[in-house]
Amino acid sequence: MAVTDAPRIVTSRIGFDDSHTLERFLATGGYEGLRKALTMTPEAVAHEVDAASLLGRGGAGFPAGRKWSMLRKNPVSYLVVNGDESEPATFKDHLLVERDPHQLVEGVLIAAYALQVSQVFVFLRGEFALGLERVQAALNDAYAHGAVGEDIFGSGFSVDVVLHPGAGAYICGEETALLESLEGKRGFPRIKPPFFPAAIGLYGEPTVVNNVETMSNLPWIIRHGGAAFAALGEGRSTGTRLFALAGHVRNPGVFEIEMVKTTFADLIHAPVLGGGIPHGRELKAFIPGGVSAPWFGPDQIDLPLGQDEVAAAGSMLGSGSVVVMDDHTCAVRAAWRITKFFSRESCGQCTPCREGSGWLERIMERIETGSGREEDLDLLLDVCDNIAPGLTWPPQQTTICVLGPSIPSSIGSAIQMFRDEFLVHIKEGGCPYG
Amino acid sequence: MSGPPSPSPGPAPRRAGAPPAPSHLSAETVERARELIALYPEARSALIPLCHLAQEQDGWLRPEAMADIAALVGVTPAEVYGTASFYDMLHTEPVGTHLVSVCTNIACLLGGAAELLEHAETSLGVNVGGTTVDGAITLEEAECLADCDRAPCVQVNHRYVGAQTPESFDRLVADLRTGARADEIPRHGTLVRVRRSVGLRAGRDRVVAERAAMAAAQAARAEEAAAAAAGRKEGSA
Ligand SMILES: Cc1cc2nc3c(=O)[nH]c(=O)nc-3n(C[C@H](O)[C@H](O)[C@H](O)COP(=O)(O)O)c2cc1C
Ligand code: SF4
Ligand code: FES
Repeated sequence: MAVTDAPRIVTSRIGFDDSHTLERFLATGGYEGLRKALTMTPEAVAHEVDAASLLGRGGAGFPAGRKWSMLRKNPVSYLVVNGDESEPATFKDHLLVERDPHQLVEGVLIAAYALQVSQVFVFLRGEFALGLERVQAALNDAYAHGAVGEDIFGSGFSVDVVLHPGAGAYICGEETALLESLEGKRGFPRIKPPFFPAAIGLYGEPTVVNNVETMSNLPWIIRHGGAAFAALGEGRSTGTRLFALAGHVRNPGVFEIEMVKTTFADLIHAPVLGGGIPHGRELKAFIPGGVSAPWFGPDQIDLPLGQDEVAAAGSMLGSGSVVVMDDHTCAVRAAWRITKFFSRESCGQCTPCREGSGWLERIMERIETGSGREEDLDLLLDVCDNIAPGLTWPPQQTTICVLGPSIPSSIGSAIQMFRDEFLVHIKEGGCPYG
Repeated sequence: MSGPPSPSPGPAPRRAGAPPAPSHLSAETVERARELIALYPEARSALIPLCHLAQEQDGWLRPEAMADIAALVGVTPAEVYGTASFYDMLHTEPVGTHLVSVCTNIACLLGGAAELLEHAETSLGVNVGGTTVDGAITLEEAECLADCDRAPCVQVNHRYVGAQTPESFDRLVADLRTGARADEIPRHGTLVRVRRSVGLRAGRDRVVAERAAMAAAQAARAEEAAAAAAGRKEGSA
């Protein structure tokens, strides 16, 4: 079955042209979740989220309820929302901040209440000029409506939400780099341990960091109950999730899909979803969860869209973005571009990541442009092995953050799946795809 | 806001090491900067938002602006420069009125971004990173801009303009030059036109005090719940 009849949890309003306004929001159940949460104890709100088994939507997939419960013994000072969305081919938070900013604000307020924090920072990537304006307007409206600020909805709970624009750096999506950036510094990831945000976060105080989509699920969960959310999906992957589908498909876009019940084949080919590969071409490969993830081939297309299922098959669902490459795609060129990205975005603190990414990019470039050598394949794998020893999945970490160990994913996949293509580039002195 | 008592009118007393008063940023920009600083428990957190403000005033981040920002948040100008230079959106060199960003990352590459960028270079007569002689356009090659379903993705001054073909790109550039899209796309540097209207003010003391109050309330609720549970146990025994 391609599409289940699961309710739309985070995209229920986006069909409306005015989905970003307070009027539309209030007319479609807006702030009911928050009002209900405020009648419950903070512990009961956190319990619902735990019962929903909501996995974080930022990439690592850690259960939100568990993250919060670890902090219950140790009061939290700050809630920070991660809207950096810079993992290539990921564009779901873009939709949420532009098209339903009030839902995000409501989710943030529910989380703040559950965690009992009075100060929230919403970090959005600076390139979201419209998203920043929409979220600031939503916050202004929410203040006027009594949902943010002093004594919200007469509950006695006060909270301030500050919108913070980023300034263009992929690494600031990594939560500790984000905190550094929020402190007005370069986005250098911090070493964990000891700098787990929950222990030593913003200004050295306990901090919860959650993704925009994670927050946007909370109003529905509180309105309908954690059990209703957990009834959707399967196993640990509950609820629905946004998948950003891009590359060689007829209808690229963001789709809300029930977890596990739908497969990659459905996502790519179903007429109401991706609509198949255009120009009568065939599938060559797809990336299942952002460019940090190893690639899959046509024989893995029937895998379900579930976190554990994809992990067991040797990759990850990551940030929920799927990139489709048709059979006219040059695998070397694709892997080269991804490597160039990592090389540009490495923050430079760790030698294997900083130097390794640059070497890999230069070797990939010379293969693609026709000056590759036979030894280059071994050289590539050797450099990859220096960044992530053993080239296992999940990779071993030799660096401060996991950007480094993610670099070998695409090159490793490309060589493993399309070794002949590399050899043709080298033997024929150029790219066979022109 | 806490701080030293306001100085009496007349020339400000010069303490050794006291930061100079902002001299480059306009009075309005400084006022907005102070509002932003007040939102954070620590002033330095406003450093990047202040850099955006300075770019809104000047179009790019001038050394004089960085000196003012340093004074406002209490760091050295070198620290402002060192931080700003880490971020792609903070420009320590002049930028044209319109910054045109062409994404060439994976989804856009599959959608013809490399060809579009090549066309842009030829048609504008500049290389990536360059500015046209009339100062109207700076061309930049961008990493993923999170609009991958409209590939190849282009932003102008960080406003999305949708997927572009070489032909539509040339029309876009012509419109930018005549100002036909000025309402929708303000000049480079202006990022968030919606200003924060109301709200609480942060401040470390407030956060610490509220955190203590909430922790106490939480402990009281836990005690209450434990007492209730003990009561149930007694009742059932
Ligand atoms: C290199 C790197 C980039 C990341 N980028 C993002 C991002 O853009 N957005 C995001 O929410 N999480 C990102 N993450 C994950 C965050 O570190 C963190 O796990 C997440 O924000 C937690 O929120 P969640 O539990 O709600 O998913 C990134 C991680 C790494 C290592
Ligand atoms: S792994 Fe790379 S991005 Fe991460 S901290 Fe080290 S150098 Fe920076
Ligand atoms: S890859 Fe170009 S916008 Fe995402």
